Amino acid sequence: MSPDVMAIQSADAAGRSWTEVLHEWVTTVDHKRLGVLYILYALFFLVIGGIEATIIRIQLMRPHNDFVSPQVFNRMFTMHGTTMIFFVAMPVLFGFANYLVPLMIGARDMAFPRLNAFSFWLTAFGGVLLYFSLLGGSGLYGAGNAPDVGWWAYAPLTSRAFSPGHSSDYWTIALLASGFGSIGTAINIIATIISMRCPGMKLSRMPLLAWLNLVMSGMVLLAITPLSAAQLMLLVDRYLGGHFFDTQAGGSASLWMHFFWIFGHPEVYILILPCFAFMSEIIPVFSRKPIFGYPVMVGASVCIAFVSMSVWAHHMFTVGMGSYANSFFTITTLAVGVPTGIKIFNWIGTIWGGKIDFKVPMLFSLGFLIQFLIAGLTGVMLGSAAFASQLSLSYFVVAHFHYVIVGGILFALFGAFYYWYPKITGRMLNESLGKLHFWLFLIGFHLTFDLMHIPGLLGMPRRIYTYEPGRGWETLNLLVTIGTFVQGIATLVFVANLVISYFKGAKAGNDPWDAWTLEWSTSSPPPAYNFASIPTVASRRPLWDLKHPEDPDSRYE
Amino acid sequence: MSAITTSLAGTPAAWKLPYRGRVGMACLIIAESAIFTIFVVAYLFYVGKSLTGPTPREVLETPIFYTICLLSSSLTIHFAGKFLERGKRGAFLSLWLLTIVLGGLFMYGTGQEWHRLIYEHGLTISANLFGTTYYSLVGLHAFHVTAGLVMLSIVLIFGLAGRVGVEQSHRVDVLSLYWHFVDAVWVVVFTVVYVLGR
Repeated sequence: MSPDVMAIQSADAAGRSWTEVLHEWVTTVDHKRLGVLYILYALFFLVIGGIEATIIRIQLMRPHNDFVSPQVFNRMFTMHGTTMIFFVAMPVLFGFANYLVPLMIGARDMAFPRLNAFSFWLTAFGGVLLYFSLLGGSGLYGAGNAPDVGWWAYAPLTSRAFSPGHSSDYWTIALLASGFGSIGTAINIIATIISMRCPGMKLSRMPLLAWLNLVMSGMVLLAITPLSAAQLMLLVDRYLGGHFFDTQAGGSASLWMHFFWIFGHPEVYILILPCFAFMSEIIPVFSRKPIFGYPVMVGASVCIAFVSMSVWAHHMFTVGMGSYANSFFTITTLAVGVPTGIKIFNWIGTIWGGKIDFKVPMLFSLGFLIQFLIAGLTGVMLGSAAFASQLSLSYFVVAHFHYVIVGGILFALFGAFYYWYPKITGRMLNESLGKLHFWLFLIGFHLTFDLMHIPGLLGMPRRIYTYEPGRGWETLNLLVTIGTFVQGIATLVFVANLVISYFKGAKAGNDPWDAWTLEWSTSSPPPAYNFASIPTVASRRPLWDLKHPEDPDSRYE
Repeated sequence: MSAITTSLAGTPAAWKLPYRGRVGMACLIIAESAIFTIFVVAYLFYVGKSLTGPTPREVLETPIFYTICLLSSSLTIHFAGKFLERGKRGAFLSLWLLTIVLGGLFMYGTGQEWHRLIYEHGLTISANLFGTTYYSLVGLHAFHVTAGLVMLSIVLIFGLAGRVGVEQSHRVDVLSLYWHFVDAVWVVVFTVVYVLGR
């Protein structure tokens, strides 16, 4: 940290009232502050979504439980799914992208700082609208409050006849608002990566994190927009008496399914690509080797993006699309496994023969690798139309996608938190609490989601609020619920670690992990302008070149 | 990109990246295209599926004059941009105004058509599937034309105040990119609604 940086920061911190600080944060257009806002906002909703999950699991703990009513149960799984996807996973990943992309490509901010703030606040108010439905959803009809149509809101559940009041409208408008926010951020990330790279940062030298966020943003442009279009149609149906999804007037319920899943399946890849990005940064640093097969990693990511745009109807094998459509979507779905497999092999290739450092970020990364592989294998099973016809709408499906989202995405995110927390706050997260968090979460995760496959195979349907005793589901469901509590405790350990380390953690310094990308070349936390002078790079690992002038990477490129 | 002019050791001689405004607008156009695609798919999927009348064959009249207006506005905005690049502000402003007039004429045509459909033929958005898909698709396009007209008018106001010069020409280019997109979408909507959909 250069002396002038120190002086500016200490002058900043001195003598401001909390209203001034609040005003600064609300009106900020700095990509780092917006990134932090995104992340904090997502963590807040993670707790809410987690509480909803816990309510669902308590209700299913034993047969004929009456912890909540069937109506409340429907609202809980709808709000849990919607919250976790749109107001936890998307914002937290956008938060990391916002924070890291400009730093990693040597830029001072995003391409459009004000659009960045606008997008964040759109997303934020989207979440507020969704939860305002608890107060305003009943409308004039005195109907139920929070949305209860499921996170995919199939027609005709959302028609006026079956969803009176305003709960579905809050759901629709919340998703529309946050969708426009996502599109704004995606445009911003792409423009930043294309137009703001520092001298020498060719596309072929860009960190994989930037590459994967570029691909992810491209997917957002093409995949979130169909959802926005479908939401507009739903609003036309509900407010203007339109007939898009009104089967009584010749409309089609399955058209909604198509439109929803044209969004819904690429969405999974929109969430997982940034997690691949975290892995591609963390695994090399903790294996002390450069990433194995950089160009292939980029190619595989683009390939995943392309193929994943044509797999959506594997969510609809039981709709009755006919054997040709089923075969087509089976083939494309299984094809996604190829580039994804390439990525897993490349991460293993990076670890192979490396000097592995089992710090917490690496532990979470290894957890990710193994769990994501298993999630991919059940995905291949469900991707086959014949198999999916047996297990569609069962707990096997629920177990599969939670394996992807918790075992894959959440583990990668925890890894990212431990890896970049020192950069964001200037202090290290506590290593022992981190290990406790990892092991507790690992045990809780496997207790919940490994066992959840079995009731599915035994025929337990998803979205039922209770079940009969004597079907062999009781013990398994009880253990699944216990696993949920273990995960909850582990998450509390994580939150405690975030708070304690912010005040008492060891000072991080600029580069605590001896890493190679540009964000570690500036101070922790970085100054508002990121870099005192814009850096110039000559290889994929600019900090390696700086630390090893006798043997720089640039010599081999 | 002015910060990059500081010469550093090993700086590539010419480090020039695309203008962020154009990249951003290109991305917006990609996203908007996806939205329009979904509405076009819905329109085509529901052609001939209405359970009651009126049908497109009975009530639609091809708006050839207003289509020519909108499409020629792409030419006027293009040449307006060219004139601005060369510093000819007067020619820029008059062509820019002409673009707004042509866009406004198109909107007037849409209004006329909707008035006729609603009051003479009783076709409203809730009448049947044709009404729902027709007003949604054409209305979505008309909304984009309106948004474009608002932005063009803002530039016109700044231009009349003498604030738009050569140095703004790359920004004006970004706006004309949007206007070309709106026109291109009309070609698709026209083909789908007035040619294929009847």
